[in-house]
Amino acid sequence: MTAPLIELSRIERVFHLGDSQVHALQSIDLCIAAGEYVAVMGPSGSGKSTLLNLIGLLDRPDSGSYRLAGRDVTTLSADEQARVRSERIGFVFQSFHLVPRLTAAENIALPMVLAGIPPAQRGERVRQALRDYGLENRADHRPDQLSGGQRQRVAIARATIMQPALVLADEPTGNLDRTTGEDVMRLLEDLNRGGVTLIVVTHDGALGARARRQLLMADGSLQQDRPRSGGTRSETCALPT
Amino acid sequence: MRAADLIRFARDAATGNPLRTGLLILAMAIGVAAVVVLTALADGARRYVLNQFSAIGSNLVIVLPGRSQTGGFNPGNAITSTPRDLTIDDAQALRRASAVHRVAPLAVGTSEISVGGRLREVMVAGTTADFIAVRRLTLAQGRFLPPGDWRRGASEAVIGARIRDELFGRDEALGQLVRVGDRRFRIVGVLAATGQGLGMNTDELVIVPVALAQAMFNSNTLFRILVEANSREAIAPAKAQVSEIIRLRHEGEEDVTVITQDAVLATFDRLLGTLTVAVAGIAAISLAVAGILVMNVMLVSVTQRTAEIGLLKALGATRATIRNAFLTEAAMLSVAGALLGFALGHAAAALIRQLYPAFPALPPDWAVLAGVATALVTGLAFGVLPARRAALLDPVQSLARR
Ligand SMILES: Nc1ncnc2c1ncn2[C@@H]1O[C@H](COP(=O)(O)OP(=O)(O)OP(=O)(O)O)[C@@H](O)[C@H]1O
Ligand SMILES: [Mg+2]
Repeated sequence: MTAPLIELSRIERVFHLGDSQVHALQSIDLCIAAGEYVAVMGPSGSGKSTLLNLIGLLDRPDSGSYRLAGRDVTTLSADEQARVRSERIGFVFQSFHLVPRLTAAENIALPMVLAGIPPAQRGERVRQALRDYGLENRADHRPDQLSGGQRQRVAIARATIMQPALVLADEPTGNLDRTTGEDVMRLLEDLNRGGVTLIVVTHDGALGARARRQLLMADGSLQQDRPRSGGTRSETCALPT
Repeated sequence: MRAADLIRFARDAATGNPLRTGLLILAMAIGVAAVVVLTALADGARRYVLNQFSAIGSNLVIVLPGRSQTGGFNPGNAITSTPRDLTIDDAQALRRASAVHRVAPLAVGTSEISVGGRLREVMVAGTTADFIAVRRLTLAQGRFLPPGDWRRGASEAVIGARIRDELFGRDEALGQLVRVGDRRFRIVGVLAATGQGLGMNTDELVIVPVALAQAMFNSNTLFRILVEANSREAIAPAKAQVSEIIRLRHEGEEDVTVITQDAVLATFDRLLGTLTVAVAGIAAISLAVAGILVMNVMLVSVTQRTAEIGLLKALGATRATIRNAFLTEAAMLSVAGALLGFALGHAAAALIRQLYPAFPALPPDWAVLAGVATALVTGLAFGVLPARRAALLDPVQSLARR
């Protein structure tokens, strides 16, 4: 039995656009156990990215509580949240978000540089990551010299270099063709098999169907929360009542 | 983030946009170079004037006929309107003063010098043997006027280097007879060339015994009396003694002006020192302008790199890290600009010295330090706002920016 990693209860997120309000998230109750593989799906504008950003501590809810690994993180200061992101959370974005002037190796090392890890240690870990993601002879290439698939592999290497417990991917295959996208999904799923909790936002039903748990969102609410057909819903994570 | 990584990151960010970085460094460099060059010019002018004055001679006390208006109202002066002239007797009387080392009377006029059909207008200085020591002049050839009775004097002349060249060219000048006005003189010495100086240019001077000069100009007055005090400390006593002797000789009237070189020097020093500070201040304004430029360019840079800032935050960068990265970049650009400006300014000052060797165009150390320090402080101060703005960006919105 694994302890819940993520516990969201009655989360609200409202954006104000002039006079009108957009309820991007409405009373979201969600519980995700450590090691789960979750796909978040739903139509455009349904609040998927907003939910992911909130889980990733890039955004704060207007109300509700968020406990990460048993600890209330909504009340943390900006710098404390930054430390949690640095140590526990890895991000993979649709548009890769590599720093264009840095090489592949330097991009992968960036989270360690920001965390103040000594260069000697960084070198070994970057070399290992380059090997793991088949990028050995692309180490000194800059992003504009890499293909889309290679760029996303660099981004995944970067997201995992700090060995986070949680990897959040917002449409990681959105800018890739189908086969490259499937390669990327396999890499992410390998991470999950290694114990990393994986949450993937996707439009693609086929890709979403690979996850053991699928969340369907509409208009800022969770419409459906179902295990993959045939699978069983883990009951470690009782929703708060 | 470690300091070395911070510097590397800032350097990569700066070199990632060479045009922006280059322009910024240039603006800073121009500001610093302006400080260096302008203060070099102003301080060079100060030193030039000081050098020229010291070249005239040291421990010098100069007696001029006529009263300068520093003593306030003097009833004696109000009665006799015309001041007494300075005479050779006055000059001779000064030799008795205890603080006085040497005295040289000086009578000056213009005349014509001719030799072998060549004719030229010259300034004629009538003086005595000690003149060369008092004025710190050196001879290129021959000897100076011999000591002896000031009221007489052999028909001998010492000429400046330029006169020698123009009248004799490659021929020997020593021993030649020349005509000055309606008198004939034998040339016994040639002064070493000194170049253009303040006041009299000794290169174009003909020096003859003072009694003969007065006869030539048909007057018995002196233009100046040059007095050399025994030492630097003796300048003030010498001045007092000289004033007193002349006053007694002139029936109690203070109708001459006695100036010391020190006083003149101090005035010039103060005046030109102030000029240097003022010029440095004006040049520093260009540094402030460069600082504002740094701020604007960094603000544009923050806007252009919004997505990158969002990413850094997502990867765990704290606000302090982001702020420090941008501050480091601003500081690095300022340092590079300051160093470049320092080098450019010194190169320009060296060029000026090369072109005008007599002009000591050297920037004072304090000005260089102040210029470089101002560049760094402005760069950092104007870098704070953009760095703060970057640190406070919202990560989600930043990541959404392209
Ligand atoms: N910063 C914001 N300001 C105002 N409204 C916003 C903001 N961010 C998101 N929204 C609104 O919140 C709602 C949810 O947005 P979100 O980006 O989470 O949708 P999404 O499900 O990720 O859509 P997509 O599939 O197109 O990425 C949308 O209606 C969007 O317009
Ligand atoms: Mg989205």
